[in-house]
Amino acid sequence: MRKYFDEITRIAGNVVTITASDVGYDELAIITTKRGPSLAQVIRLEGDQVSLQIFAGTQGISTGDKVRFLGRPMQVPFSDDLLGRVFDGSGKPRDNRPEIQADPVDIGSPAVNPIMRRMPDNMINTGIPMIDIFNSLVESQKLPIFSVAGEPYNELLARVGLQAEADIIILGGMGLRHDDYLKFRNTFEEGGVLGRTIMFVHTAADPVVECLLVPDLCLAVGESFALQGKKVLVLLTDMTAFSDSLKEIAITMEQIPSNRGYPGDLYTQLAKRYEKAVDFDGAGSMTTLAVVTMPGDDVTHPVPDNTGYITEGQFYLRNGRIEPFGSLSRLKQQVNGDTRDDHRAIMDGCLQLYSTCRETREKRDMGFEMSNWDEKLLRYGDQFEDKIMDLSVNIPLFEALDRCWDILADCFEPVETGIRRAILENHWPKELTAEEEAAEEAAASA
Amino acid sequence: MTGRIVAVFGNMVIAEAKGDVIQNSVGYCCRADGAKLLSEIIRVRGRCVDLQVFEETRGLKIGDTVEFREEMLSVALGPGLLGQIYDGLQNPLPQLAEQEGFFLKPGKYIHGLDLKKKWAFTPTAAVGDTVSAADVLGNCPEGIFEHQIMAPFTLREECTIKEIAPAGEYTVDKQIATLATADGKEVPVTMQQEWPVKRALAICKRRLMPTDPLITRVRIIDSMFPVVRGGTYCIPGPFGAGKTVLQQITSRHAEVDIVIIAACGERAGEVVETIREFPELTDPRTGKSLMERTIIICNTSAMPVAAREASVYTAATLAEYYRQMGLNVLLLADSTSRWAQAMREVSGRLEEIPGEEAFPAYLESRIAGFYERAGMLELNDGRVASVTIGGTVSPAGGNFEEPVTQGTLKVVGAFHGLSRARSDARRYPSIDPLDSWSKYTGIIDPAKTEKMRSVLRRGSEVKQMMTVVGEEGTPIDDFAIMLKAEIFDNCYLQQNAFDEIDGATPPDRQQFVFDKILEVMDTDFDFEEKHQARDIMFKLQDLFRNWNYVAPDSNEYKDFVQKIDAFIAAKGRE
Ligand SMILES: Nc1ncnc2c1ncn2[C@@H]1O[C@H](COP(=O)(O)OP(=O)(O)O)[C@@H](O)[C@H]1O
Ligand SMILES: [Mg+2]
Repeated sequence: MRKYFDEITRIAGNVVTITASDVGYDELAIITTKRGPSLAQVIRLEGDQVSLQIFAGTQGISTGDKVRFLGRPMQVPFSDDLLGRVFDGSGKPRDNRPEIQADPVDIGSPAVNPIMRRMPDNMINTGIPMIDIFNSLVESQKLPIFSVAGEPYNELLARVGLQAEADIIILGGMGLRHDDYLKFRNTFEEGGVLGRTIMFVHTAADPVVECLLVPDLCLAVGESFALQGKKVLVLLTDMTAFSDSLKEIAITMEQIPSNRGYPGDLYTQLAKRYEKAVDFDGAGSMTTLAVVTMPGDDVTHPVPDNTGYITEGQFYLRNGRIEPFGSLSRLKQQVNGDTRDDHRAIMDGCLQLYSTCRETREKRDMGFEMSNWDEKLLRYGDQFEDKIMDLSVNIPLFEALDRCWDILADCFEPVETGIRRAILENHWPKELTAEEEAAEEAAASA
Repeated sequence: MTGRIVAVFGNMVIAEAKGDVIQNSVGYCCRADGAKLLSEIIRVRGRCVDLQVFEETRGLKIGDTVEFREEMLSVALGPGLLGQIYDGLQNPLPQLAEQEGFFLKPGKYIHGLDLKKKWAFTPTAAVGDTVSAADVLGNCPEGIFEHQIMAPFTLREECTIKEIAPAGEYTVDKQIATLATADGKEVPVTMQQEWPVKRALAICKRRLMPTDPLITRVRIIDSMFPVVRGGTYCIPGPFGAGKTVLQQITSRHAEVDIVIIAACGERAGEVVETIREFPELTDPRTGKSLMERTIIICNTSAMPVAAREASVYTAATLAEYYRQMGLNVLLLADSTSRWAQAMREVSGRLEEIPGEEAFPAYLESRIAGFYERAGMLELNDGRVASVTIGGTVSPAGGNFEEPVTQGTLKVVGAFHGLSRARSDARRYPSIDPLDSWSKYTGIIDPAKTEKMRSVLRRGSEVKQMMTVVGEEGTPIDDFAIMLKAEIFDNCYLQQNAFDEIDGATPPDRQQFVFDKILEVMDTDFDFEEKHQARDIMFKLQDLFRNWNYVAPDSNEYKDFVQKIDAFIAAKGRE
């Protein structure tokens, strides 16, 4: 029988300090208040003063309330019964169904030994050319979607979730609107994947500390499935809400902020979560896609900035399209060399031309005369945007590559593409005409 | 000596000590379940001792025992370091994986050197010889090197060799010699010794001015912003600009004896790439696997933050150790910003008065101290050896006006600034040729590089002007300069890291191609019209670019040279 402590000495923000003994750092406790019990976690020990972060918030807590320590860190029950279920940020069912009875696993497990990681080499097909051609998604990758309110980032997340062919899909909602939660649910239901989906959802109306726990719950469950050999896909939205909760707690604890109020360990805190994405050598994998809304559409804001330094690239979702500039999959070279011999050439060539096209558009908008070359670039840019960049385009990789060649051939002479001759010879859709061939020859032998 | 814990907060523990403690010495926080967590004393106030714990502090309680040791945080130096993969505290990760499986359990430590493996020692000194610290006593083969067994670095005076083991196979903890000091005190010697990581190891006659170019085979570095053996350089850049890829290719191709990779607080996946690829890659200069000349120190972002702070020092100490053997070592740290952030986290928990962006006031002196560990030395026996340090910097928001970048720029010899605009346009490596600088002289005559720099500057000015006056308002000569600058940028400064040939250009080829480009710059093409200028330059660019992809000893290579010469002679006219 564990002892109760009832000498609360401080209540501030979401943190309660109590006089207690024999308490472990990071340990879990239950505080019983008039509103009912709430979980709490030890975040500071100082002599006999124990500071607890209260999951349900401190509103209504009385100095006479009782605290019982559980002698263990935060855990989550783990079994196949989790599939198809919905929980809140403290792990309680949200779907009016019974609690899961199963052996628990600790959340916040130690780091994976890098030696036990495999090199990721399995491309995830999404049917979105801006991903498949230009920034291939790879199993075990951790990748955020940088966006702003109003963009269809949750739709994109759900769409990738459906097409990714994962064994298990875990959705972590932080500060999620109830409608959005229902939308995810419906999409997964219609897509027929609800039976292999688990959701941990914190809505904007729930206590802030529960928001902090959502990624940890998702990742602990995902990691356990991955250790069983499963391919897990974790979808997190929105990690900016998570970071803001971190900020709130740090300020309550009177930590010195480093940048715009965020604590100095924001990078480490985010990295601990994102780095859980893994391809285990000898077991399964966990891939993480996360939404990061950028306050003020500013990538240099501490949340997207720190995220970009941690994740293996990022997708910018802007004006309903995945922006080619800035978007990056750092793992793409692990997979795009083995798809088709022209994949990399198209990836580089099309983007360099599109970048030049944007410069030309600027010139045009300033009223400059357009040269013949400029006209070609403009024509190319329009086609590229309509036939490749548009998010409604849903075609397999090879078809998308062929489509790029068609656009190039429609707009340019072969040499103008900057693509290497060996690749051009194999893929240029039109026969190189006698004239073009002569020009090539001349260029080559001049 | 022991104490007991009175406070725990993050990775900081405060303990009350019962006797004398030594600043920066090691302590172990003893958790109830028997695990002992390695820690370092970082502040003493009265009887209160602040320790940073190199592990997660989960489960520690008030009243738990702390065991204090006299030694500083140290690493073991001896044969068997090469090819190893260590965490920031020199625990070998493969051995940890064997014993513990997938996860890094707190409190689990393994000695940095294999204590069972035997090494073939051959003495080179004899009984009666006098030796000082770091003098060579013998050697043993370690992969492609003769690993030298040296007199203890801690010797304060000359000693006489009293006993030395005959040639034979010994483990690193077996005594192989006995030295005697002038007053007859005996000093036992094994093939391994310990050295505190935060103290520089540089036993030498003198420090030399570093001047030998360190060839990286990255054209823009070697030709335009060179690095020298014993020098320092930094690579600041926003995320995704190509810092890590640049260091990865440097770690493969750099012309040095040993490369030490310090993966400090960034992605584990990037280290895995190196771990998996290096054993498969042959070092063209030795014919052996690249791993044989490499040591990886890996304390990635999810690993404990205090150990991250220590990891760059661990790496520097291993680099210095091999320098004592007369070798040229390159230390690549990715990213020094994570190391600085680790300092910031600790400083915050100590509630020190914060400086800019909450970094501690001593940030700059720590950065300077780290880069000071580079250098070219003339060792006591006259050999010359070096440690070169290259560190990436990850500035918040990609803005170089921040404390870590600024503190680093004050002390390094070369600055390779990566630009977001260049990486967005896939102009890799995205080193900005207009902003970057080097104080060193490389393989290209400085007069020539100066000339190219001015072409680039002019080209960029013309481009700027063109956004105002348009192409039609640009004089044809300016237009030609802009196109020439583009050729140099596209065909020389840019390099495809993922192509076997283009990815690594040896110095003689760089000199040859550089001169060929200079010929283009010096040629007046007499363009009449802009579209004609563009066509001709496109063709020339195509030739140069394809030339980059062909092997130097092939017939194709010669063909390209001929074609380019002919093209220049005919000014692109048919
Ligand atoms: N030299 C290069 N050649 C081709 N692609 C590169 C090069 N450098 C970087 N990249 C691309 O940019 C991505 C990010 O590079 P990386 O070095 O990881 O950036 P950083 O370390 O600066 O965040 C890589 O995954 C790769 O796709
Ligand atoms: Mg990097």
